[in-house]
Amino acid sequence: MRTLFFLLQKEFRQIFRDPAILRIIFMLPTMQLIIIPMAADFEVKNINLAVADHDHSVYSQQLVQKITSSGYFKLIHYSSDYKEAFKEIESDKADIVMEIPVHFERDIVKDDASKLFLSINAVNGMKANLGGAYIQNIIQDFNNEIRVRLVQFPPIPPQTVISTTYSNWFNPFLNYKVFMVPAVLATLLTMVGAFLTALNIVKEKEIGTIEQINVTPIRKHHFILGKLIPFWVLGLVVMTVGLLIMRFVYQIHPVGSIFTIYFFAAIYLLAVLGLGLLVSTFADTQQQAMLISFFLMMIFILLGGLFTPIESMPSWVQKIVWLNPVSYFIEVVRMVILKGSGISDIRNHIFIILGFAVVLNGWAVFNYKKTS
Amino acid sequence: MKNTHIEKDSGAGKSSASGGGIKQFYAFVKKEFFHIWRDKRTLFILLGIPITQIIIFGFALTNEVKNSKIAIVDLSKDYASRQLIQKISASKYFDYDQRLYAYNEIDPAFKKGKIKMVVVIPQQFGNDLQHINSAKIQLICDGSDPNVATTLATYANAVILDYQMSINQQQKLPYRIESEIRMMYNPELKGAYSFVPGVMALILMLTCAMMTSIAIVKEKEMGTMEVILVSPLQPFGVVVAKAVPYMLLSMVNVMTILLLSVFVLDVPISGNLSLLIAESLLFTITSLALGLLISSVTDSQQVAMLVSLMGMFLPTVVFSGYMFPVENMPVPLQVLSNVVPSKWYYFIVKTIMIKGLGFSYVWKETLILIGMTILLFALSIKNFKTRLA
Repeated sequence: MRTLFFLLQKEFRQIFRDPAILRIIFMLPTMQLIIIPMAADFEVKNINLAVADHDHSVYSQQLVQKITSSGYFKLIHYSSDYKEAFKEIESDKADIVMEIPVHFERDIVKDDASKLFLSINAVNGMKANLGGAYIQNIIQDFNNEIRVRLVQFPPIPPQTVISTTYSNWFNPFLNYKVFMVPAVLATLLTMVGAFLTALNIVKEKEIGTIEQINVTPIRKHHFILGKLIPFWVLGLVVMTVGLLIMRFVYQIHPVGSIFTIYFFAAIYLLAVLGLGLLVSTFADTQQQAMLISFFLMMIFILLGGLFTPIESMPSWVQKIVWLNPVSYFIEVVRMVILKGSGISDIRNHIFIILGFAVVLNGWAVFNYKKTS
Repeated sequence: MKNTHIEKDSGAGKSSASGGGIKQFYAFVKKEFFHIWRDKRTLFILLGIPITQIIIFGFALTNEVKNSKIAIVDLSKDYASRQLIQKISASKYFDYDQRLYAYNEIDPAFKKGKIKMVVVIPQQFGNDLQHINSAKIQLICDGSDPNVATTLATYANAVILDYQMSINQQQKLPYRIESEIRMMYNPELKGAYSFVPGVMALILMLTCAMMTSIAIVKEKEMGTMEVILVSPLQPFGVVVAKAVPYMLLSMVNVMTILLLSVFVLDVPISGNLSLLIAESLLFTITSLALGLLISSVTDSQQVAMLVSLMGMFLPTVVFSGYMFPVENMPVPLQVLSNVVPSKWYYFIVKTIMIKGLGFSYVWKETLILIGMTILLFALSIKNFKTRLA
């Protein structure tokens, strides 16, 4: 036991003596937590619209007004020349070009129907989809308004109408930050836990001090515990910093209990530390350790449900995601902070992560041999 | 350590024939190649990253919402509500997972985490439809993921509208405005079109800037830099020799990405291929300059790596426009994004490769990249101290 205590002293001293690493451990989460949620807003708004209006009638101008006053669209070009309007899409200034044909107003009233032409820049598939849907909704709305003005409807509608009401729970203003911050927190913790541990051990390998430790009577498990515990503590500290930022910078108040989060984080850290340990047994130089960690992190983050929902992934990918610890953590953090889930709700996740911790750490300890 | 400071006497360097200088340079480049080649793990990962990213982005990630688990509360339990439920569960967007019986079961269902939306069919649904020709449905969404919530509500609305039309036997309404939509450049709305350029920018940044800076700093850290300085090659030649293999590696990666996107993802190269490659070469040099700058101000590998991550990788992912739409960001961040070279490269690749437009559309951005390259080189030369104090 005393050996462990001395080892821990040594590790902590080493960490605190390296000012660069310390600064980065605290600056990295802070900067990431502040920049990413502010930047990561997938809501589709500010769609740039160019209009080629060949009609210049009351209806056409009312339609354009209705579209721009919706708040989703910005009118950046209005003329009667289609070619000019189209150039705006080519130079990426416009996302949608709407062409209103000549006799638009006349055709609606006299011939019962009229056509509008929309060209949408579909390079960004999601924006094109949602932008198209929004503008069509507005056009439908406008259509209904005209109809109501021109036709008198009896009190019981001649045709059946089903109306829907819509409410959003847990995030009434549909604030994207509420969605991103917990997930960024989860990613950060993983990076600190796995990344830094791996780098630390491999650095010793590279410099050669591991050889020196190997010839001492220090036992394998003492050495490993001596490496894991400081980073476990550091991980929890980073978590606290992150939670504070979430509370005071983003005004997100966790609905569930903070204790649940810490409890899960503590177990989760065991698992990612095990991952870092495992990576360190496969790398000989810091460069390798860094690249391997980076590669794994990239896959974990992309497939973790941070940016795109896991349910939308094809089933063979979803099976791979079962092996991704980050996805569980992201889910748990979102559930507890946004919905107030309790320990019984995340029971399954806890068991799975415990499993990860046992397997990863066990594998790493098995790999680590005092004699290489 | 002052006595190991070797003065780079340009006279001595120049006195050996210029042919000798080139030979030495070549020898150094060979040495660097060997370094990289012998480290198979690193090589494997560097070549594997673009392939993995393309596969993930191409096949796994999609912003499309489907198979979302929903629950239905049917308080009416009549023929009409059963018909509606059938229509909803038949939709590919929804996975009808749970049947709830009371309003107070909704909150716990959400808390369990799997359900994304609850459809509430009120009592007397069928009766109301028959007698007063109108009824109300309530949609409750889990707003944690705002886009999924909005999309699910839109889809649910569409299904309900469909059901409504089937009751009405499709009588056409008077005074219709019909819109004809054309999706340009990407008619099938594939997500691949916007991320392939992003992957290219990322890989070039990674290979050229990060790896080069780490390679140079590693020599500094290990002390082998002094050994190199004793050699007759000028210090600048040493540094360039380090950069050459990484440049080649990145061009290999670019070709891999392009080949994969054309043949595996069906994303064609609509524009001029040689212009694309030329611009990629330019960006490679820009990243190298950035890597040089980083290596000139850091002393340990860990710090070099973390600075590369923070100063380069993260900004590339966040600000280039490849993952997040730049126009959604608060204005100060938008301004900041102009400083990131990858943002300009991403725009250039998108314009050439996806839109198929020519140089006249990207000359401004190309000029900006050239300017940045020159600035970065100037800064790093100023900083570069191969002398070890």
